[in-house]
Amino acid sequence: MPAESVTGAQSIVRSLEEVGADVVFGIPGGAILPTYDPLMDSSRIRHILVRHEQGGGHAASGYAHATGKVGVTMATSGPGATNLVTPIADANMDSIPLVAITGQVAASSIGTDAFQEADIVGITLPITKHNYLVTDPADIPRTIAEAFHIARSGRPGPVLVDIAKSAMQAQTTFSWPQDLNLPGYHPVTKPHAKQIKEAARLLATARRPVLYVGGGVIRAEASEQLRQLVDASGAATVTTLMARGALPDSHPQNLGMPGMHGTVPAVAALQKADLIVALGTRFDDRVTGQLSTFAPHAAIVHADIDPAEIGKNKAVDVPIVGDLKEVIADLLPELAREHESKGRPDLGAWWRQIDDWRETYPLGYAQPDDGHMSPQYVISRIGELSGPESIYVAGVGQHQMWAAQFIRYEHPKTWLNSGGLGTMGYSVPAAMGAKVGRPDATVWSIDGDGCFQMTNQELATCAINEIPIKVAVINNSSLGMVRQWQTLFYESRYSNTDLHTGHGTRQIPDFVKLADAYGCEGIRVEHASDVDAAIKRANEIDDRPVVVDFRVSRDSMVWPMVAAGVSNDEIQYARGISPAWDRED
Amino acid sequence: MSRHTLSVLVENKPGVLTRVAGLFARRAFNIHSLAVGPTEHDDISRITVVVDVEESPLEQVTKQLNKLVHVLKIVELEPSSSVQREIMLVKVRADAAYRTGVLEVVQLFRAKVVDVVPDAVTIEATGNPDKLAALLGALEPYGIREIVKSGTVAVGRGARSITDRALERARTA
Repeated sequence: MPAESVTGAQSIVRSLEEVGADVVFGIPGGAILPTYDPLMDSSRIRHILVRHEQGGGHAASGYAHATGKVGVTMATSGPGATNLVTPIADANMDSIPLVAITGQVAASSIGTDAFQEADIVGITLPITKHNYLVTDPADIPRTIAEAFHIARSGRPGPVLVDIAKSAMQAQTTFSWPQDLNLPGYHPVTKPHAKQIKEAARLLATARRPVLYVGGGVIRAEASEQLRQLVDASGAATVTTLMARGALPDSHPQNLGMPGMHGTVPAVAALQKADLIVALGTRFDDRVTGQLSTFAPHAAIVHADIDPAEIGKNKAVDVPIVGDLKEVIADLLPELAREHESKGRPDLGAWWRQIDDWRETYPLGYAQPDDGHMSPQYVISRIGELSGPESIYVAGVGQHQMWAAQFIRYEHPKTWLNSGGLGTMGYSVPAAMGAKVGRPDATVWSIDGDGCFQMTNQELATCAINEIPIKVAVINNSSLGMVRQWQTLFYESRYSNTDLHTGHGTRQIPDFVKLADAYGCEGIRVEHASDVDAAIKRANEIDDRPVVVDFRVSRDSMVWPMVAAGVSNDEIQYARGISPAWDRED
Repeated sequence: MSRHTLSVLVENKPGVLTRVAGLFARRAFNIHSLAVGPTEHDDISRITVVVDVEESPLEQVTKQLNKLVHVLKIVELEPSSSVQREIMLVKVRADAAYRTGVLEVVQLFRAKVVDVVPDAVTIEATGNPDKLAALLGALEPYGIREIVKSGTVAVGRGARSITDRALERARTA
C-alpha cells in the first residue's frame, strides 16, 4: 500500500481499521477530539458512545471475552483515562485482550499539569501488559499494530496507547502493513517435548489424577483438545471460576468448580489427588485455600503460556511453557503411547470415591426461612429456561458464585465474570459488550443490587444503540457477600451493608422505574411462582433491554465455603457441616 | 537471604528504568543497588541490579522482568565468574595534622585524591563492595563528611558478550 498523506487522527482511525477493530466503545473529550472527527466517517468501525469510561472499558472486555477478538476502548486524557484504570486492571487480572486508546495533552504541554493532564502511562504501568506514549505521529500505525499484537498474543492482556493531541493534529503519512519492532517480545507457544513426555508418563500412571483447568484453556480456544484429553486420560476434571464452560458441565468427569465456593467433589478431588495437571491456571488463593495444605499428596504438572505463573505459588514437578492448544495436542499422542506400552491405569477406586462424594455432597441450597424467594432458585431457572447457548455475565459477590454454581455451562465463552480483580459493576457493561460481539446470542447480565448501582447507566447505551441485553438483578437489598461474611465472622453485626432496595425498605431506587427511565422493560418478581413467566417474557423481548428485579431473601448464603486462609480440608458443605473425610481414606 | 547481581539488557527507550524499578517494588523485592547506562550498541542500555532474595523468588522476579516488553535479556552474574565494581567519592576531614594519615590510607587502597582544600580531601575509589567498606572503615577515624556511591556495575569474565547474544536472539526471532 503506498503511503497516504493524512493527519495523525486519520492515521489512528486507518490503523484501527486495518488491524481489524470493528467496534470501539468510547467517549470523546478535549484531547481525543481530533480522532473523533475522522472516526465519524469510518464505515468499518462502529463506535458505541458509552456513558462512563469504566463502562466502555468493561464493554470492550466483554466483547473480547465473548468473541476472542481484541476489545477496543477510547477515552480522553485526564479523568477520561483514569476512569479506565479499573477495567484495565480487571482485564490484566483475567488475561483479556484489550486495547485502550487515550488522548493526551499536546506534547509541548506534557509535564506542565495542563488541563486534564494525567500521566496515564505511569498510572497504568503495573496493570497493563504493555503501554505506549506516542508524541510523533509517524509512530502511530506501528504502535497500534504492536499494541494489538501484544494484546492478543502469548498471554493476552490490556495494552494502553496514549497519544498526544498534537500528534493527532499534525500531518503525517500512513502505510500498512507495519513491521513490528519488538525485539524483547517472544511468547513461547511450542512446548518442550521432554516435559510433555514426562507429563504423559505421570498421567498414565497416576491412580488419582485431576485435571485442574483454568481460564487459559478458554483464551487458547483449546476446549476441543481438552475434551479429548479428559476422555483419553479418564481423569477427574475441575473447572475454575474462569474456566466454567471450558469442558461441558454435562461431561461425566466434570466435577465443577474448585475453590472457596467450589463443589465438595472438586475441592476434595484436588486435596486427595496423587497427580494434578494444571492447565492455564494460576493456583490462585481462592482455589488453593491455605497453600501449605493444598493438594498435599499430588505431583504437579503445570502448563501455561506465561512462564512466570509456573512455580509462582506452588512448586511444580513438571513445568510446561506453551500454548495450551499445542500442549494438549502434543500430550495426546504421548499419552496414547504410554497407554499402549503400559496399559491404561485402573481408576476404578478413584471414581468410586469421587462418586461417593458426588452422591453425598451434591450442590444444593436450603429454602430461606423468611418466606422470600431463594436467589439460587431464580438463577437456576434463568439458566434452565435460557439454555446453554446463551451468554451469562455476572457481577461480583454472592450472585456471581451462584451463577457459577447453578447454571450449567456447555460451551466456552458463555460465562463471563470478573474473576481476578473482583470488580463490582462489571456485569452490565460487559454484557453489553458481549451482546455487541455476539448479537445473535441471548445475553443475561446476572447482577446484584449493589453491583447494578455501580454501572447501570450503560442501560442508556444499550437502549439507544439497540443492544437488547437482559439484566437479572438478584436483589437481596444488601451487599450480600459482605453481609454473609458479617454473619459468619462478625457476629451478624451488619455494618454498612444494607442497600434499602428490597422488600420492607424504602426501595431506593425502584429498579422497575429505573428501567423505565432508561427505556428498558422493567419487571418485578416477588414470588417463586412468577419466576418462570418473567424469564420467558424477558427472553421474548428483543427490541429493548429488560431489567428484572428479583426480590430475593437476604439470608441466603453461598455454600459450600472454605473460609479465607484455612485449608481446603476444612470446607463446609453448609454452615457447620463438614464432610467426614476419614470415611474415604 | 543472599545477594544476587542481575544484568538486564533493555531497549534504550524512555521510561524503561521506571518499568524495571517499578516491577521490583510492586512484587516486593528490595533493590540493594541499581546502575544504568549505555552499552556498545546505541539502542541497548544495561541495568545492573543487586537484590537480596532467596533462590526461588529470584527466579520469579527474573521471569516477571522477562515479561517486560522492553527487556531483552537477563543474566545473573556470579561473583566468582564476573568482575563487579562500585565507584565511591568520599570527603574526609583532613587538616594539616591529619592529612598524612589520610593520604597513607588512600595509597594503601590504591584510591586517589581528586580534590583538596585546607581542611578536607575528596577521595575517589573503585572496587568491589568489600574493598570500599574496608576503605571507609580506615577513613572513619578521621571524620567522614560526605559519601556518594554508584550502584554496582558488573561484567562476566572471558571473551563472550551478552549483548551480542541478545541481539542475535532478537534478529532470529
